[in-house]
Formats: sequence, C-alpha cells, structure tokens
Amino acid sequence: MARLNVNPTRMELKKLKARQQTAKRGHKLLKDKSDEMIRQFSVLIKENKRLRDEVERELSEVLRQFAIARSVTAPYSAEAAFAVPSVAVSAKCGVKSIMGVEVPDIELITSKRSEGLPYAYAEMTSEADFSVAKAAELLPKMVKLAEVEKAVRLLADEIERNKRRVNALEYIMLPQLEETIKYIKDKLDENERAAIVRLMKVKSKG
Amino acid sequence: MEETGKTAFVGDGDSITVFKAAGVAAFAAENESKAKEILRKIAKEYRVIFLTEELARALGGFLKRFDEDTYPVILSVPSKNGSTGYGTELLKSAMERALGVDILFNGN
Repeated sequence: MARLNVNPTRMELKKLKARQQTAKRGHKLLKDKSDEMIRQFSVLIKENKRLRDEVERELSEVLRQFAIARSVTAPYSAEAAFAVPSVAVSAKCGVKSIMGVEVPDIELITSKRSEGLPYAYAEMTSEADFSVAKAAELLPKMVKLAEVEKAVRLLADEIERNKRRVNALEYIMLPQLEETIKYIKDKLDENERAAIVRLMKVKSKG
Repeated sequence: MEETGKTAFVGDGDSITVFKAAGVAAFAAENESKAKEILRKIAKEYRVIFLTEELARALGGFLKRFDEDTYPVILSVPSKNGSTGYGTELLKSAMERALGVDILFNGN
C-alpha cells in the first residue's frame, strides 16, 4: 500500500494521528449505519414482496374481469359510462426518513362525489360494477406498494453508496494512514539513533 | 413537507378504464414513445404514477431518472394480460445490489 507523500516530521505525525482517529470513528459509525440500514431493508423488502404478490394477483383478476365486462358492451357507451368518476382520489404525500434516507409517505384520500357507481345500472353489466368496486378497494394497497417499493429502491441505493464509503475507509484510507504513521515513526527513531551515535563518537574522540 | 398529490395510471386503453372509474386520472398510451411523452408531461404534476409492466419494461432506461428522487413514485403493475414478472425482477435487482445475496426467492 502506498504511503502518503508527507515530510517525516513530528508535526505531520501528530496531524496524521488525529486524522487516523477521525477515520476510525467515521468507519465505525458508517458500519453501524450500514448494519441498521440492511436490517430495515430486509424488513421492507419482505413487505414489498408480500404486497406485490397480492397486488399482482388481484389486479390481474380485476382487469381480466373488466375486459370481459367491456367486451359485451358497445365501446362507445362504455367510454361514456366511465368518463365521469364518482370518486376522486388524491394522495397526501409526505416524506419520512429511514436512517437519513428520505422516502415517500403516502396516504390515500378518497372523496366521494356521490354514492354508488358512476353510471346507470342499465348501461353496464354487473361484472363491470364488481370490477370497479374491486379496483377502488385495491387502490390503497397499490399506493402502499408504490410507497414501499420506492423506499426499497432508495434504500438500496443508499446502502450501496454507504458500503462503498465503508470500504474506501477500511481498505484504502486506514491502511494508508497506518503505513505513513509507521514510516514517520521509523524515520524519527532513526534520526534519534543517529544523533545519539554521533554524540557518542564525538565524546569518545575528545 | 406534506402536500396533496394526484395519482395517475398510464397504460393501454383497456387497462386504464377501470381505474378511471375508480377516480384515478388515466392516460392511454399504446406504445412506448407515447408513454414517454405522457410521463414527461405528468411527472411534475402527479405524485404517484402507475404504469403497466409492458410499458415499464420498454422504458426501463428512461424511468431510471426518477429513481433518485423521492417523488414521483412510479410503480409498474400488471396489465390485463397478467403479470410478466417485471416487478419481481426489479425487486430482485434492488436486493442484490443492497445485500449481495438473495434472501427472498432462493435462486428461483
């Protein structure tokens, strides 16, 4: 490992020792952070998988059913029937922090404009009623999945970055500092020994 | 920071209608270039965007730019043709990136 390019003086030694202390403390902190993030991540990813499986299954079901319902209605009247929704969905979008990573915190707000379905019963078949109701039911779950999945992705990025930082400290910065400190110490000791030997020589001649 | 955002659904014609009825803004996109155009337009306004898997897969590179920010949240969902497994793939890649190992699927 290459050592840093510094003069072997006491000043430098002192500076480097301080840097090494900081680096060591930083390394420990980052490592702890990494551990905790990974713990949180594994909880989140399990929830993500569970939600995704559920949503995928139910959504495919809803869409398939709806496609069947649509196929028995004239396309024009189907379009018209669904043009005006009875409910308006909006989401309260906040931000929460997981280990310093900002992740979305979404809450779904449904405001009903009128009771029941947005079209006359004569216009559509009952399969359509059913799938629309099902879709509305599914929405909160989908939004939750969106939230969790985004959090997982953001957290994965952060874990990766953090890992790189920990590795840089552990395998480059710390060995470098250690080696340089050792080099300076050796050099200073050597100088000291040289001085003593010189003194002894001078003394023995006199 | 809390504000009210809107949700949108982008997908092929048949898949979106039912969500329109459920109160989500729906945008029809038959192909990827159309979807890209729509996404560009609505990414600022809408906070949660659902995208069908077929489109999400085709737009993989384009969607990466939204990965860094907290919002908008873009979620790929199966269309009426059923799940293609794209969502699971994304999940898996995130897991492998972060942990280096597969703790959910055990290699399948």
